[in-house]
Amino acid sequence: MSALRPMLHRALPGALLASLLAAPLAPAAAQAPLSAEGCYGCHGPSGTGAGGIPAIAGRDAAELRAQMLAFRANERPGTIMGRIARGYTDAEIAAMAEHFAQIRR
Amino acid sequence: MHFLTRRAALGAALLAPLAAPRAVNAQGGTTAQARLVVIGGGFGGASAASFARRRFPWMEVTLVEPKTRFVTCPYGNLVIGGTKRLDDISHGYDGLRARGVRVVHDWASGIDANARTVRLAGGQTLTYDRLILSPGIALRWGAVEGYDEAASEVMPHAWVPGDGAQTTLLRRQLEAMPDGGVVGIAIPGNPFRCPPGPYERISMIASYLKRHKPRAKILALDAKDAFSKQGLFQDAWAELYPGLIEWVPANRDGRVVRVDARERVLETEFGEKHKVAVANVIPPQSAARIAIEAGLTDNSGWAPVNPVTFESRVAPGIHVVGDANIPGPMPKSGYIANSTAKQAVASAAASLRGEAPPAALYYNTCYSHVGDEYGISVVGIFRPNAEGTAIVEVPNSGGVSPRGNLPEQRRLEAIYADAWYDSITRDMFA
Repeated sequence: MSALRPMLHRALPGALLASLLAAPLAPAAAQAPLSAEGCYGCHGPSGTGAGGIPAIAGRDAAELRAQMLAFRANERPGTIMGRIARGYTDAEIAAMAEHFAQIRR
Repeated sequence: MHFLTRRAALGAALLAPLAAPRAVNAQGGTTAQARLVVIGGGFGGASAASFARRRFPWMEVTLVEPKTRFVTCPYGNLVIGGTKRLDDISHGYDGLRARGVRVVHDWASGIDANARTVRLAGGQTLTYDRLILSPGIALRWGAVEGYDEAASEVMPHAWVPGDGAQTTLLRRQLEAMPDGGVVGIAIPGNPFRCPPGPYERISMIASYLKRHKPRAKILALDAKDAFSKQGLFQDAWAELYPGLIEWVPANRDGRVVRVDARERVLETEFGEKHKVAVANVIPPQSAARIAIEAGLTDNSGWAPVNPVTFESRVAPGIHVVGDANIPGPMPKSGYIANSTAKQAVASAAASLRGEAPPAALYYNTCYSHVGDEYGISVVGIFRPNAEGTAIVEVPNSGGVSPRGNLPEQRRLEAIYADAWYDSITRDMFA
């Protein structure tokens, strides 16, 4: 999807382009697993970061997955991520990592 | 508006084959069968409207909200403490309009669940295929004897922000209070909006008093014997504000049953009268009136809902989200409102397409500021049980911040709290 977006931008008329820019991540977000929505409230809409909380969008899927699993196993120090990660299954963590890796910042 | 909707629909049609192949075909691409009406533009309603347009662009979304600016409950305690201004916690609806939400600034005066219509005070009637009802809470005037709307002009609740007048009133009273005065805070029993809120408020007022009125005191009179993040709050109070805060639980006669607004007296169950300089009365609450009048609430005053879809147990087609519902073990928090609103919208969309609702997962992270660069949190991850009859917290997950002397943890959590506020309000309004 993200590879297609530049092509769409060139091909579409101005008005439509403007509506796409107003919600640039809509196509990717439409595919987001619902579990990933839970991250937006702190890590910014579509995981793009906010203030002192780092972006998770556009990071390598394997790295994101490894970090979540380390938080969950209490092998990585953190303030609250261990408490959060222990609420998610392996499959959810993998799907979330894949999703955020696909989002361009 | 019509033009915007068509333009968004064109975008959706172009992208649909790539992004969401099932999104438009089930209803033949018509919006007449996908009218989503959202009542209430707060944490539940704004989240629902934004999410619906973002994820299900084939839905026609109308948001009914009387105010043109929404003042958040979260961070209101920082306005009361003097470290934020009302403007910092006020949000408009232009972002939702840009997403294609039709925003109607009117008062929803009634719901006809059979006809699937919403009546507006301005005379208009809206027809819905699915309704997201996120009306918030009503304060139960008179549940504490003598505490009615008139009394709240003297003894502010500052618990339903409205246009911010209540928050501003409490702030002004604190500023005007002489040094050495007592601030009385009456706290209700469970359930109520924002369980850690009163204790964050105590902390923020204490922070202000310590700096500007060092001889003043806080008397917190509680209708409960225990509260959210209690150990963490009490550790912080002892460390940051020694001798400044007296918290009186119900079992030591903390429950306020009567007030005298003219004399600024808070009277407890066993007849003790506390005369204070500033009184903040947080009264008992129920679901907002529209939910009660539509018959959606039970004897508790709150609306029972399906744990998977958040559809009313009483009226099909109406999903009740936010503080008005009965959320099982989950708190009445902004984040839970955001989380359950998304699940409710996804369930409504599935139902309109004749599909089963998606698997549900609810999440809450709730930060409290207790001092300068000092934040604490509670986390909860919840799911429906296997039978779909109740919501349960995922075992071994969530919980509160660790106790102990952990200055770096507290400092980071204060920073993360600010980032949470920025993130979630953008998720709702941007």
